[in-house]
Amino acid sequence: MYQFSGKLKIFSLALIVVGVLGIGYGFLSTPSTPEEAMEMVAKNDDHGADHGEGHDTAKKEEHKDAGHATDAHGGDHDQKHAEHVMHQLQNRPWSAVYVALLFFLGISLLVLAFYAAQRVAQAGWSIVLFRVMEAITANLVPTSIIMLIFIILAGMHMSHLFVWMDPEVAATDEIIKGKSLWLNVPGWIARGIFYLVVWNAYRWFIRKNSIAEDTATDIKIYKRNYNASVIFLVFFMVTESMASWDWIMGLDPHWFSTLFGWYVLATLLVSALTVIAFVTIYLRSKGYLPKVNDSHIHDLAKFMFGFSVFWTYLWFAQFMLIWYADMPEETTYFAMRFSEYKTLFFSMLVMNFAFPVLLLLNSDFKSQPWFVIIGGLVILAGHYVDLFIMIMPGTVGGSWSFGIPELGATMFFLGIFIYTVFSAFAKADPVAKGNPFLQESEHFHYYNIEHHSGEDNHH
Amino acid sequence: MSSKVVHALYNDDEVVLEAVKKVKAANHHIEEVFCPFPVHGLDKAMGLAPTRIAIASFLYGITGLSVAIWLTWYTMIDNWPQDIGGKPSFSWGENMPAFVPIMFELTVFFAAHLMVITFYMRSRIWPFKKAENPDPRTTDDHFLMEVPVHGNEKELKALLKETGAVEINIVEVEDAH
Repeated sequence: MYQFSGKLKIFSLALIVVGVLGIGYGFLSTPSTPEEAMEMVAKNDDHGADHGEGHDTAKKEEHKDAGHATDAHGGDHDQKHAEHVMHQLQNRPWSAVYVALLFFLGISLLVLAFYAAQRVAQAGWSIVLFRVMEAITANLVPTSIIMLIFIILAGMHMSHLFVWMDPEVAATDEIIKGKSLWLNVPGWIARGIFYLVVWNAYRWFIRKNSIAEDTATDIKIYKRNYNASVIFLVFFMVTESMASWDWIMGLDPHWFSTLFGWYVLATLLVSALTVIAFVTIYLRSKGYLPKVNDSHIHDLAKFMFGFSVFWTYLWFAQFMLIWYADMPEETTYFAMRFSEYKTLFFSMLVMNFAFPVLLLLNSDFKSQPWFVIIGGLVILAGHYVDLFIMIMPGTVGGSWSFGIPELGATMFFLGIFIYTVFSAFAKADPVAKGNPFLQESEHFHYYNIEHHSGEDNHH
Repeated sequence: MSSKVVHALYNDDEVVLEAVKKVKAANHHIEEVFCPFPVHGLDKAMGLAPTRIAIASFLYGITGLSVAIWLTWYTMIDNWPQDIGGKPSFSWGENMPAFVPIMFELTVFFAAHLMVITFYMRSRIWPFKKAENPDPRTTDDHFLMEVPVHGNEKELKALLKETGAVEINIVEVEDAH
């Protein structure tokens, strides 16, 4: 049995505390008057003429987006502009928390979905990784609770990330009015709660019954787990898509993309597989997963490679059709990201496509833990950036930056992740020994690679 | 000129894999193993050099990509520029996103087709060629190991019997190569 070491526990708690301080700093340093906001922007512009210049373009985009660009008359405009910047800066700590929250919630959710897919496919290779995946899904519980609080606060108009929730905008904006059947606060809250409850219910059920499999005398529980996973996957495919419309696409309420749910799925899935690989490599290096061999790592790296390509495919499918058709209501989404987030936008493509493809193309590299870790770090950073530029343009527009609030939020959720995942891993047998495919998993050997001896695994 | 070879037949892929290892360990040369389906690890057990087809495939892919870039540039930009959907063809770079599907497809097309052709050539397979497999059962459910005999017939037969061969035949073959 694995013991959640005191050192790791203290590290995770320290991350949470530092994270909370960072988030708190973010909320305390927001401007409360338009004048203060303009001062902060002016200070920022001192060390970046580039940024200041881009700021005005963003303003135009933003105004167009929120649908109140029409009343730009004279001196009144300056005041309006300052107010607008103030709102953006007030949104920043919320957005910082939101990006990190969705990133960690999404990763935990996609690990759960990947795990369910393994059960439905009756995959043989991955059984020795089942308890690792189950442990990671434990993080779904705290992230869901925080998401629930976030949803309720947004519904109470405590945060202003969703422009369509503004009663004034909802009453005057023709496009948002047309979408009010879907984009209304009670429906949005109800749906959010529904997704979270369904996901957590399956997680609770499958974790309990996976442990019950260990001591089962017949195949009944295994079959029931299979059935539950089939049902969950159907629910998941629908709810994941709807959640990404509600929680991410809704930030740009004028814009829409029909493959957005898939796109978010790809981003979170490749991150989820990377996280499974990381936790596996860590626990194996500590000697807690003696049955995991190089072929299992090789397979996880293959998935990381494959889904990096899949992500690129979806990213490009979304981008090219919009670029080619060139319709203003669609291109505004990319225009904003090209003008205000250019560096992030292009470096994300390198990090999420070019780098992992070139690094993990070679079959031999995929079973080397260090290559997987280097590739994985870039993949995780790249997909955090991806989520960042899905969310930030719709909430803080041009007034974005990456600083203490963003870093603090990421550390906060990383601390929670480490705490929940490793304490969950310590609570069950590290091997799912009741699974009928366990032996196949132990013997799993991809014919093309040499397994390193036990000694070599400890680095 | 003709020589003698042993044809040892097996009816299980695991057994033939073990047999190959044992025969190799006893320092016999294995000319060929005929299988109805690919057996993972057999090439390594036989001591065959690792395949280089992945390298060839990579080069073919690069070739396909280059052809696609040239083709799109020549047909869409250089030879007959057109204004499609308000996107005038002034330069290849500005129109690149529209060419990505072509670049992707031709990369795959070149890599796949040339790799198959390379494989056929390296395996010396071409249309209307007479089949090389000595026993039609190797296309169904049997595995055949071919070991040349150099005056050690008895010893070899005993060894092959021990490895689990279901049938052992000594045949005279014309030296083809």
